[in-house]
Amino acid sequence: MTLTVLKSTSQGSWEKRILKSLNSMCTELSIPLARKRPVGEQKELLNKWNEMGTDEPDLSLFRPVYAPKDFLEVLINLRNPNYENGDSLSFRTHLGLIQVPLKVKDIPELKEFFVELGLTTGQLGIDDSTQVPPELFENEHVRIGQKVLAEQDSAAAQQYIRQGSPTALRAELWALILNISSQPEDILYYEQLKTNVIQHDLLVDSLIYKDVKLTASNDDYYFVFEDYLYQVLLCFSRDTSVLGHFAYNSASPPKSYIRGKLGLEEYAVFYPPNGVIPFHGFSMYVAPLCFLYHEPSKLYQIFREMYVRFFFRLHSISSHPSGIVSLCLLFETLLQTYLPQLFYHLREIGAQPLRISFKWMVRAFSGYLATDQLLLLWDRILGYNSLEILAVLAAAVFAFRAVNLMEVTSLAAAEAVLADLSTLKVMPLLQIFLFATVT
Amino acid sequence: MSRPKNQNYKGHGLSKGKEREQRASIRFKTTLVNTLMDVLRHRPGWVEVKDEGDWDFYWCDVSWLRENFDHTYMDEHVRISHFRNHYELTRKNYMVKNLKRFRKQLEREEGKLEAAKCDFFPKTFEMPCEYHLFVEEFRKNPGITWIMKPVARSQGKGIFLFRRLKDIMDWRKGTAGKKLTSSEAQPARSAVNPPGGHDARSSDDQKDEIPVENYVAQRYIENPYLVGGRKFDLRVYVLVMSYIPLRAWLYRDGFARFSNTRFTLSSIDDQYVHLTNVAVQKTSPDYHPKKGCKWMIQRFRQYLASKHGPEAVETLFSDMDNIFIRSLQSVQKVIISDKHCFELYGYDILIDQDLKPWLLEVNASPSLTASSQEDYELKTCLLEDTLHVVDMEARLTGREKRVGGFDLMWNDGPVSREEGAPDLSGMGNFVTNTHLGCVNDRKKQLRQLFRSLQSQKKASS
Repeated sequence: MTLTVLKSTSQGSWEKRILKSLNSMCTELSIPLARKRPVGEQKELLNKWNEMGTDEPDLSLFRPVYAPKDFLEVLINLRNPNYENGDSLSFRTHLGLIQVPLKVKDIPELKEFFVELGLTTGQLGIDDSTQVPPELFENEHVRIGQKVLAEQDSAAAQQYIRQGSPTALRAELWALILNISSQPEDILYYEQLKTNVIQHDLLVDSLIYKDVKLTASNDDYYFVFEDYLYQVLLCFSRDTSVLGHFAYNSASPPKSYIRGKLGLEEYAVFYPPNGVIPFHGFSMYVAPLCFLYHEPSKLYQIFREMYVRFFFRLHSISSHPSGIVSLCLLFETLLQTYLPQLFYHLREIGAQPLRISFKWMVRAFSGYLATDQLLLLWDRILGYNSLEILAVLAAAVFAFRAVNLMEVTSLAAAEAVLADLSTLKVMPLLQIFLFATVT
Repeated sequence: MSRPKNQNYKGHGLSKGKEREQRASIRFKTTLVNTLMDVLRHRPGWVEVKDEGDWDFYWCDVSWLRENFDHTYMDEHVRISHFRNHYELTRKNYMVKNLKRFRKQLEREEGKLEAAKCDFFPKTFEMPCEYHLFVEEFRKNPGITWIMKPVARSQGKGIFLFRRLKDIMDWRKGTAGKKLTSSEAQPARSAVNPPGGHDARSSDDQKDEIPVENYVAQRYIENPYLVGGRKFDLRVYVLVMSYIPLRAWLYRDGFARFSNTRFTLSSIDDQYVHLTNVAVQKTSPDYHPKKGCKWMIQRFRQYLASKHGPEAVETLFSDMDNIFIRSLQSVQKVIISDKHCFELYGYDILIDQDLKPWLLEVNASPSLTASSQEDYELKTCLLEDTLHVVDMEARLTGREKRVGGFDLMWNDGPVSREEGAPDLSGMGNFVTNTHLGCVNDRKKQLRQLFRSLQSQKKASS
């Protein structure tokens, strides 16, 4: 079997590259893209279903199909053929890596968009710290959260969560906002996917294993959830309902053709069945969710919904304001406009800021922030239904460490200053950057 | 011997109102552990003492203690890191005995309800002297799993699980057989020697000398709380500054140690599944050192809160406070409360699926070697704060309720959180000044503490 892609946009050529890479791995290793498991193997897998992490298949020959930095190179080389240099004077002075003139918000617009993060509004992540008496904000906020849940009001929940979710209510609030209700048919659907995994082995499975072993299993906190990650991701790759998101994604799912019938649509199937090829770090989208959901089918549904609403935008090329291209541009623009000295300095020493912050944004900061902080951040992603906060946070981190960054003289040194984000408190950083910095 | 050269001072400690003099430099001796060495060497005014020199402070091995404590003269200000007969708490068979006795006393004096608060250790029988009692209990509960542990070994060595009497009968006849005969000849300690009496000491010394392996058989907790399908236990640090009166501090940090493999009762031979000591896990074929297998207790507390809600977590942690305090109270009258002694204990706690905590054991020498960078931070901060509480520099007033990451948990009575009267709730569990698994902003607190101590001093001089 060979894979091919029909669209020839920049997203299209990126997809071609990915598929080529997958194809060649397939040929080199002489492993089929898909095969039916023999009965003995099926039984074995079923027995091991809750502890697939104990398996140690030989993955040394597999490589991730691509890593975020490969994707960044593609974005850097994006040019809009319709764009004439003469049009936007301000854009010509854009000194960042992204050269596509998309419209991004400036700080006044962001302040309006993120008005609930303002200094006079109570926030979880700030106003629940140990020094603040809970009567001032926390108790009332918790009470309101319980009320929202009792009334099962999804829109109210989305508004409420802009100020952060209390730990005990988060799992339910997210489910309410994402409209996940775990009906018997949902559980049945998950079981069917599981059966699919048991019966068929896909090449991408090895990529998933490899990714989990390389990233989540090595994480100080997520290693505990290794088994859940396999249970979610293996099923995810077989879930054809995920194909639905391509309707609003400028990307298109890769197709494969039965041997000899290349180009004939009747003989085309999507590969992998969900149309999503995992890249290095993909499993980190799931890992934080394991903190909240312990029942596999619920965890699965939540992840799938988070993916088709948000995460897919982080690794496909589009002009959407929450797409990764816009986020990169937003980040660079914020930095260049509001921290020009820092921006120029880093550029001078060959440390373009986006090269450092890109990986944070692609992963929605998973694995970089402490879990409790990450969950507070993802609360706001859900609350504002936008990923722009990732770019704002990235800029806020640079602002926070500006003093140290001004002293570095190489990319490596800059990376070192920004290597450890685990002690950062995201809400104060965001508040200061948006609302308390003189612009 | 540890005689200081030219000193003119009065004793100090947490006794209030006594004058304490500052020392020019504090001479220390220690065992070779990197975290400890680093902390002691970096402490301002502390000087390492070479082999036979006099010392003011010694972080010693229990073996040194056993051999030398009784014939070492120590001046009043000198401090040493163990209590002479700590094993009353830290050897599994003695701990169980002391707890059982304490429980009986509570039942006599305060009724069944109060005594039930001591039911945090799984049913345990000392082998071989309680073998017949064990068999009786065993027969009453067919099919449950038991765990056999050597009393004095650590790091998971010598432990095995069993379900059939046949398994231990074989074991009895085998390697342990001969040893059992010789120790069976000795009378059970509690029957002959009254606790705290002089006789008790000499027979303990005897026991220490004979290389006999004593075991305990303990009911195995078959429904441990699992995270990600894995079993874990908690390591918590308790610092005892004196037993009479009982003064104990609880450290805010600690960690959950995970088993590397998934929990299942079907493979009781797989010790890697059941034993969560890092030492055992390190030998498991699945072990990847990069992974580490620990969670800081703050993370664990958050995880539980998001799953069970804050009230359930409060109850669990307050039940754990109960374990620390009751266990210390049970040996209070037995341990020789020498004012030179302090001790940093490592408590091992197991939580079951009903969120009930169980005491597995208490360690007198918790491991201070660091298994990762995060671990190194934890242990060095723990040791620094321990030294702050021990206060060789005589800076504290003795009225502090918090020093760095340590909260005063018990001061001859419960310690309340706010300033003022103790807050005894009618529920029975003490509402203590403890913050296990909570934010540990120790640097900030220490800065404020020492600044205010300095200004108090200036004001009074």
